[in-house]
Amino acid sequence: MWFAIAAILMLFVGLTSAYVVRRGLDPNWTSIPIPGVAFANAALLLASSFTLEVGRRSPAARRWLVATWILGLAFAAGQLTLWRQLAEEGLHLNTSAHASFIYLLTALHGLHLLGGMIVVSWQSRVDLAVIAIYWHFLGGLWIYLLVVLFAWS
Amino acid sequence: MSGFLRRYLFSTDHKVVGIQYLLLSLAAVLVGIALSIIMRIRLAWPQEKWPILERLMPAAFAGGPMTPEFYLSMMTMHGTIMIFFVLSTAPLSGFGNYFLPIQIGARDMAFPVLNMLSFWITLLAFGVMMAALFATGGAPIAGWTSYPPLSALGEIAGPGLGLGQGLWIVSIAIFCVGSLFTSLNFLTTTLNLRARGMSLLWMPLTVWAWFTTAILALLAFPVLLAAGLLLLLDRIGGTSYFLPAGLIVSDQLIPNQGGSPLLWQHLFWFFGHPEVYIAILPGMGITSHIVSTFSRKPVFAYKAMVAAFFAIGFISYIVWGHHMFISGMSPYAGIAFSISTMAVAVPSAVKTFNWLATMWRGQIRLATPMLYSIGFVSFFVSGGVTGVMLAMPSVDIFLHDTYFVVAHFHIIMGVAAIFAVFAGTHFWFPKMFGRMMSESLGKVHFWLTLAGVYAIFMPMHFLGISGGLRRYAEFTEFAFLRPLQPLHVFISIAAFVTAAAQIIFLFNCFWSIRNGRRAGVNPWEATSLEWTIPSPPPHDNFAGVEPVVHRGPYDYSVPGASRDYLMQTEGGPE
Amino acid sequence: MPLVLSIFLWLLPIVTALLFVGRVWWTPDLASIHGRSIDDQLALALIVAGTIFVLAHFALGYFIWRYRASGSERALYWREHPKLEAAWTIATAILFIGLGIEGNRVWAGYARESMPSDVVRIEVTAQQFAWNFRYPGPDGRFGRTDPRLIDDSLGNYIGIDPDDSAGEDDIVTQNLAAVPVNRAVEVTLRAKDVTHSFFVPQFRVKQDAVPGLSIPVHFTAKAAGEYEVACAELCGMQHHKMRGRLQVMSEAEFQSWLRSRAAL
Repeated sequence: MWFAIAAILMLFVGLTSAYVVRRGLDPNWTSIPIPGVAFANAALLLASSFTLEVGRRSPAARRWLVATWILGLAFAAGQLTLWRQLAEEGLHLNTSAHASFIYLLTALHGLHLLGGMIVVSWQSRVDLAVIAIYWHFLGGLWIYLLVVLFAWS
Repeated sequence: MSGFLRRYLFSTDHKVVGIQYLLLSLAAVLVGIALSIIMRIRLAWPQEKWPILERLMPAAFAGGPMTPEFYLSMMTMHGTIMIFFVLSTAPLSGFGNYFLPIQIGARDMAFPVLNMLSFWITLLAFGVMMAALFATGGAPIAGWTSYPPLSALGEIAGPGLGLGQGLWIVSIAIFCVGSLFTSLNFLTTTLNLRARGMSLLWMPLTVWAWFTTAILALLAFPVLLAAGLLLLLDRIGGTSYFLPAGLIVSDQLIPNQGGSPLLWQHLFWFFGHPEVYIAILPGMGITSHIVSTFSRKPVFAYKAMVAAFFAIGFISYIVWGHHMFISGMSPYAGIAFSISTMAVAVPSAVKTFNWLATMWRGQIRLATPMLYSIGFVSFFVSGGVTGVMLAMPSVDIFLHDTYFVVAHFHIIMGVAAIFAVFAGTHFWFPKMFGRMMSESLGKVHFWLTLAGVYAIFMPMHFLGISGGLRRYAEFTEFAFLRPLQPLHVFISIAAFVTAAAQIIFLFNCFWSIRNGRRAGVNPWEATSLEWTIPSPPPHDNFAGVEPVVHRGPYDYSVPGASRDYLMQTEGGPE
Repeated sequence: MPLVLSIFLWLLPIVTALLFVGRVWWTPDLASIHGRSIDDQLALALIVAGTIFVLAHFALGYFIWRYRASGSERALYWREHPKLEAAWTIATAILFIGLGIEGNRVWAGYARESMPSDVVRIEVTAQQFAWNFRYPGPDGRFGRTDPRLIDDSLGNYIGIDPDDSAGEDDIVTQNLAAVPVNRAVEVTLRAKDVTHSFFVPQFRVKQDAVPGLSIPVHFTAKAAGEYEVACAELCGMQHHKMRGRLQVMSEAEFQSWLRSRAAL
């Protein structure tokens, strides 16, 4: 699993470097302020990491895992809301460089999360400790993306 | 699922997956060679008409000689198919899948289902690439390096850059995923599934080669995927990752702005340089293994060989700028990349010394696998020294984008790495199929190919030194290029003969499966674990009995032993 | 078999070395001043590379024959020799890194060379599939350009803005340029559509022209004549036909060339 994390990390590292370079080169860079729902989504994802950890250790694992799954789904819904908010403000994939990175990076993150949710639902066949690594990684990755996309200026 | 489908098509047995990969790369190399023949026809006789070819591919000729755009599409697909579907599959996913588990004493890979998936994903990628080859509007013409803006602008920048280029990107993206699954398997299996006694420093060098290659692939392919996604978005999403403002193409003003073509080059070559080491590292492992076996001597300085794999692997990540000295990148960055490139040549040289030292005072048996491995050493030196030359930016100013570079990478990738595949095939064929390949056919093929590829690629150095530029559909337009035409004709004829000689190898493979001399368990008197099991091996490799390893992998000519080789499973003093 | 293979491995470097040393096919005649150091670097690189190539093949060929299997003799059980390993590793590192430092010395020297005050400035804008040359004219300044103003039918290949007075005296030609002999020339490379590369073989000048960037490259021509400009970065289906003509002439001829083009 750690190897897989390394590979996924490289994907995001490559895209981060593209972001850094693109931002540095562009004289007309306009920054989009962080949408409020991004914080809510972060909270949802962190909560889901918490429920996963509790579920791993508890005899009543199933309900905690269901909670994790539901929180993950809520996160996905939250992301769609984030996209809708951006679109309503007229910010689409090709509107600005910042927007294009926001859409791309959140979409890739979301795809990986959906994959994780599918695997969580097989939890009887896959070792929970291994899924946990992946899940927490995605939570950390989301925080990282928020910092890179919105905090750094 | 019916028995046949489960046993042969969708098998999770690593041996079947390995053979599937080898067959895929065989199909790919035949396509790649056909494309190169077409290229050489055009280069040698650019103004000629070819009625037979025209009947097969009318769009390529449009009533006259072969069009330049058709040449460029052949060239693009040749490079792409050879690098991805031959050099990144056969040495690693082909032989590695088959022999890594056996050589460490495991029953199968750590994730057999993932392994099967990785093959089918790679096959899918190949299918999409074939679709790109035959796409309406033509195959892409932007080279295997696919630099934007050319590759990002679509049809208005040239034929094949619409659908063809799009399919190309999709195929590459799919390939990246397949490669990821392979890497995960190789790394996990090597670390977790070794048999009792098989410590890391007692693994054959082939396993170390596959292990480090898998690390390279794990970390490099995602960056290519990232680049491909960005390029795709620039093409269909209206983004401007690579497209700057103010482009005028075919009299149209392109609306994108703010992007950087150099960004693609950085991302691509960050992947691209480790990629070429992915192509060669397994070959180095195979060469060490075979040179040792057929010199009846241990590999000289085994630990240094392992360290060299890691050094090459690590340094390969910090040399990518040597593809970009005159790209517009800062000249000072060029200095840094030049020094790091010189550094990566050092462990490669160490390996070469060690192969020679392994042969020194050996008892060399010139069976066909050894012939090819000797060929590998020769080509590795020939191609390697021109790499050292190109690492000097001052020299690169003149030689960049000339045939000198084409000679360099063909000798290293298209010849040395392929010779390692030939060597591995002859060496492991008895184990895989229970029969020996024909030694006499092997020797004929070896000589024809050895002489043939030197005849093809040595003259290219002279083409380059004379200023002969690559990716040119013909040399007729420039006074400084026209005198070089006889070299092109010579090269093309050498290429046709050498390509024809490969039929001997193909025939040898397929004929020997049925008619080769039956092989025993250990026809080469080799020491590693694959030579302790039947030929071909049973489904779970070791027939339920986990091997126990008592010694290192290269105990040849141990003083005091009754035989000049001791299997890894044999007890006694180490 | 061992003997035949050894002979091949000995003949290969000998024949190859003869072809190189004999300069049977060689670099085009040198016509620039800085090109001399590049040619020297190429020669140095070839000598180092060639020596390694020859020595390695002689060793390989010798070992194959000398240590061929014979009867029941055993090979030497020799697994390592750390001092020897260290020695040749260090020697190789010194050789290669030294070569790198030497190559970079010339490279850095070229990149950092400052232009004299009478440098001839030319702007080259590459496009699919032609070379556009622009001279700043008597005012010494290039006018502003805007891609939206490009009009090939009017000869405004690079979109000079008529509202900018600095551009009024700019001289624009396509596929034809002139420079004076023995005077420094600084070319600023731009590109209209895709990446190209400006290559004049006899000057040992090659530099990519990248859209969105302005990249300088310089040379001093030392022999009069007409030289070809070729594109060295794949740019589309006529990449092989992007041919410019660069004429090197005396100072007087250059001035009258400029005057006659300005009058057009």
